[in-house]
Amino acid sequence: MFAGAMKDKPFASRLTLEKVSHDYSGLAVLRNLNLVVQPGEFVVLVGPSGCGKTTLLNLLSGHVLPVSGKVEREGVIRTVYQYDGLFPWLTVSENILMGLRDEQDKTRRNQELAALLELIYLQGFEKHYPHQLSGGMKQRVELARVLAGDSDILLMDEPFSALDYQTRLRMRAELVRLLENRPRTVVFVTHDIEEAAQLADRVLVLSNRPATICREFKIEAPKPRELADDAVIHAMKLILQELGLNAHAAL
Amino acid sequence: MKENQPNSLLKAVAPQKRNGSAALLLPAGVVVALFLLWWAVSYFNLFPAYSLPSPLAVAKSFKEEFTAGRMVNDIIASLWRVVVGFVLSAVLGIPLGLWLGQHLAGRQAFVPVLNFFRFLSPLAWIPFAILWFHIGDKPAIFLIFMATFFPLVLATMSAVSTIPKIYFRVAKDYHYKGSELLNKVTLPAVLPQVITALRVSYGIAWVVIVAAEMVGCQDGLGYGIWEARNGLRLDSAVCYMIIIGVLGMAMDRLLAQLSKLPNVRWGYER
Repeated sequence: MFAGAMKDKPFASRLTLEKVSHDYSGLAVLRNLNLVVQPGEFVVLVGPSGCGKTTLLNLLSGHVLPVSGKVEREGVIRTVYQYDGLFPWLTVSENILMGLRDEQDKTRRNQELAALLELIYLQGFEKHYPHQLSGGMKQRVELARVLAGDSDILLMDEPFSALDYQTRLRMRAELVRLLENRPRTVVFVTHDIEEAAQLADRVLVLSNRPATICREFKIEAPKPRELADDAVIHAMKLILQELGLNAHAAL
Repeated sequence: MKENQPNSLLKAVAPQKRNGSAALLLPAGVVVALFLLWWAVSYFNLFPAYSLPSPLAVAKSFKEEFTAGRMVNDIIASLWRVVVGFVLSAVLGIPLGLWLGQHLAGRQAFVPVLNFFRFLSPLAWIPFAILWFHIGDKPAIFLIFMATFFPLVLATMSAVSTIPKIYFRVAKDYHYKGSELLNKVTLPAVLPQVITALRVSYGIAWVVIVAAEMVGCQDGLGYGIWEARNGLRLDSAVCYMIIIGVLGMAMDRLLAQLSKLPNVRWGYER
């Protein structure tokens, strides 16, 4: 293994929300939210659409400041976006190298780049531009970019929701594999219940706007998890129930 | 993985290439047809010779103009004026457009004035051009500048304001700031649109130069047409018209090469 790949330093990440509330010109979006993300943890936020999941990520990343409450963060934070997060004027290599901007040593930088390309199975695509790639490949490049160098925390804003179903399934497995290789603290926003059940160490179900955490539970089963694993199905049932989407609730 | 075959993913360029011979033959056919029409009209005297010169007369005139060296001199003079005026307005206009695109107060202050001048025909400046710059290259360069500067500023500005916000978020995630943000994010993000704007304003410049040289100059392609008119030499005027059209197309082709740069292709392909 090369230098940058494995971080021997213990997780330097810290991410906490304390009594955070937020509104957009009078419209209350988040109410009194408390959240402590443990280092190395994979937290998934699910909730009804428009409930403020993305706002929550923006608060965590610092793009938005909360109206009240405290956000504390420590460590290098990077975000994976739903789509269009890559710079279209840069090649695959150049996009990934953005994540290695702090690496001064040129040989190390190139080694790391090669390793990342190998990790996402995109050797041979170094010189391709994003518009020449499929949706899944683009998201893999985004993953490589956020994993590059010494990032600590990954914020993921529905990173796979613009992909077709089968690619989405494959990307979930891919993400698990990448994180096994390069552990990071992850906060993952999705409206996809399957995704939450397959990926999460901890699921937070958000209520309708103004959102607050209405249910929180851990999924202990080891990863990678099959879609049909008991633990996954059980977790899905819990989430559906909480969102009021189970069959009984419909009756 | 199946999707990992590099070539299968490149956007298909093959159909266009297969069409290559047609892409050459079809326009050539139209040109030949037009030429034959012209020849027939003058051969059968459908128009009197003094109002439509024959192809032969034009060919003779071509030879004359080139052997006398006047034509070459006029071409160089016109190209020089256009290039200087055009480069001047690009060098000043693009940065100004970038700045305006990022500053709301600047836009609010300047856009009405810029629009006013954009709609003011550059030819309206002719009296002032001659009064201020007398005769020679300067008034023509001034008019080219006035014709291209305002559309370039406005096009660059509006390109900046349409950059997706996500690029700036990503830039912030990776700590791009100040001049680096401008050179590595803002500028490349608008480059495809700026190249298109350059082509459009070059088109304006080439149209304006002919009119500009009809007054205030003593050489150049526009002056050549003016001279031909004064001497009732329509054959010579047609020579100049052909040269103006061909050179305009050639320069546009040259500028179009910019849009083939690999790092701007994305702007034209999605």
